[in-house]
Amino acid sequence: MDWLTEFPQLAGRDLRLMSRTIDQYYRSFSRAYGDTIEAIFRPLLEFLLWFERLLIHTPWWIILLVIVGIVWLASRSKAITVGTFVALILIGVFGMWEDTMRTLSIIVVCTLMSIIIGMPIGIIMSRSNKVQAVINPILDVMQTMPSFVYLIPIVMLLGIGLIPGLLVVVIYAMPPIIRLTNLGIRLVDKEVLEAANAFGSSGWQKLTQVQLPLALPTIMAGINQTIMMALAMVVVASLIGVRGLGQPVLQAITNQYFTQGVLNGLAIVAIAIIFDRSSQAYGKRLQRHREAAHG
Amino acid sequence: MADEIAIKIRNLYKIFGPEDKAMVDLVRQGMSKSELLAEHSHVLGLKDINIDIPASGIQVVMGLSGSGKSTLIRHINRLIEPSAGEILIDDEDVLAMTDTRLRDFRRHKISMVFQRFGLLPHKTVIDNVAYGLEVMGKSRKEQRDGAMRWIERVGLKGYEDNYPAQLSGGMQQRVGLARALATDADILLMDEAFSALDPLIRTDMQSVLLDLQTELHKTIVFITHDLDEALRLGEQIAILRAGEIVQQGTAQDIVLRPADDYISSFVREVNRGRVIQVETVMEPIAPGEAPAPESVPIQRGTILEEAARRMTGDGVTKAHVVNGTGMPMGTLTMRGLMAAMVTPILKDALDASEL
Repeated sequence: MDWLTEFPQLAGRDLRLMSRTIDQYYRSFSRAYGDTIEAIFRPLLEFLLWFERLLIHTPWWIILLVIVGIVWLASRSKAITVGTFVALILIGVFGMWEDTMRTLSIIVVCTLMSIIIGMPIGIIMSRSNKVQAVINPILDVMQTMPSFVYLIPIVMLLGIGLIPGLLVVVIYAMPPIIRLTNLGIRLVDKEVLEAANAFGSSGWQKLTQVQLPLALPTIMAGINQTIMMALAMVVVASLIGVRGLGQPVLQAITNQYFTQGVLNGLAIVAIAIIFDRSSQAYGKRLQRHREAAHG
Repeated sequence: MADEIAIKIRNLYKIFGPEDKAMVDLVRQGMSKSELLAEHSHVLGLKDINIDIPASGIQVVMGLSGSGKSTLIRHINRLIEPSAGEILIDDEDVLAMTDTRLRDFRRHKISMVFQRFGLLPHKTVIDNVAYGLEVMGKSRKEQRDGAMRWIERVGLKGYEDNYPAQLSGGMQQRVGLARALATDADILLMDEAFSALDPLIRTDMQSVLLDLQTELHKTIVFITHDLDEALRLGEQIAILRAGEIVQQGTAQDIVLRPADDYISSFVREVNRGRVIQVETVMEPIAPGEAPAPESVPIQRGTILEEAARRMTGDGVTKAHVVNGTGMPMGTLTMRGLMAAMVTPILKDALDASEL
């Protein structure tokens, strides 16, 4: 009657055998296909490296002006623009310019990839309840699975470096854009959609003229969240060799360098706030048409 | 002109539920709405609808909420798929069209005005009005020119660059109307188009519509829950209850000969003076017989209220109805007019007091 007091688990030997078999299969899979998969990602790596070099090798004041200019164009807010300027100057003064540029480049590329892959998935999801029922649990897993866990197979497959780092960040950061694209399209006013149908709009016309524009505020919220989550992954990605602001933080943790940790952490916070405030202000500006002149 | 039929609705059934087509036969065999719901969990939306909608006229479909009127109008451009039946427009069954044909049909032949306007909030007034033209693939210039013409027609010149949210409800519905007219479709569907507006603005919009109609002669299908609106606009009226048509006819038919108690209870409160026409209450006179010399001529088709106003203005108590060529058809007295204008109950009381 052992099973009443102790959980009837598999024998330790069987468990070990199972893990070993699965690991072996995966290892032979990654040996067989690792190079191919790496080759597929090669162009992306080239682009990422090019972008990183561009940010680092362009004189700092040009980059500073460009970033401040983009923030101004997006937000049209003096406070946000001045804040961005001050934050970047401080980052430079405290010697974190290069690492910040590295982080910036990987965040920009990850966000772009998340949008390019995530938005179409969100659109497909919004059109069919069945697809939604399949994708939703996958997104749940992507978001809740501890990121260190999917670090393992990715490192086994691709080793350490920028590409596996990019994948880890994208996997973690993509769910919000998928979810909110889906939600935004589903929330579009039924009568407006009916009107579009009544005038004989094609599926594409409906998507580009009605659904996406009306879902845009929600999609923007998704992009905003995606950026924040990507930034949160920077430190984790540094574990597998992604350079940037994450590495000094990692170094600080292992060596108990308090000041270094705080400074680099604050730099990440500063980038997050710049991205967040300017993308939100931009999203708000897109919705000016909602302001009613009449009560 | 009213002889030509623009839209023929034949044996149309709509049942909501996963096996609607199978349920149609049960309903045909006489299963009631409540039985269908209790035994098969399907909701009967429309039952055996047959309407001939005259070309170039206003057909009103009236019913309270839940009567199926909005479901019915959405079958005409197939925003809702039917369970059985056909809708013939130019001898083509809308319900049998392929997707491409249907899209084409919606772009060129039919347009719609919605209860809550259905405007695109992120587009300006002019872009909203041009939407139908844009969908058709017209050039940017054609879109703007076409839209501008209709913006002026509905009295919104100067607002073309505003967003819908910046306009009042009445103005937003003018945008909706302009958008529907801009595609130059023959058929205009109006789904409770004025119901969301304040009473004064509603009357105003009804006048705008009637005004436009004297010139455009579109085939208009107008849905409303408001009997006064139905009587004012409708050349033909169909009354819908629980998915079935209970009466069809002219405004006068419905007020004078309500088909059942349900309709009588509706028409009791109606201002009859604005619905009933003089020839209905006149005393016919023999051909060739001359009316009394002090009697004023009144055109056939005039409503009682208008006739009474004219007689009071001229200070006479007698009038005669003339036909299109000015021939006298019958005589009217002020007393007779007044009696016809009050509700049947009051009329009975008046008649009784006279005896």
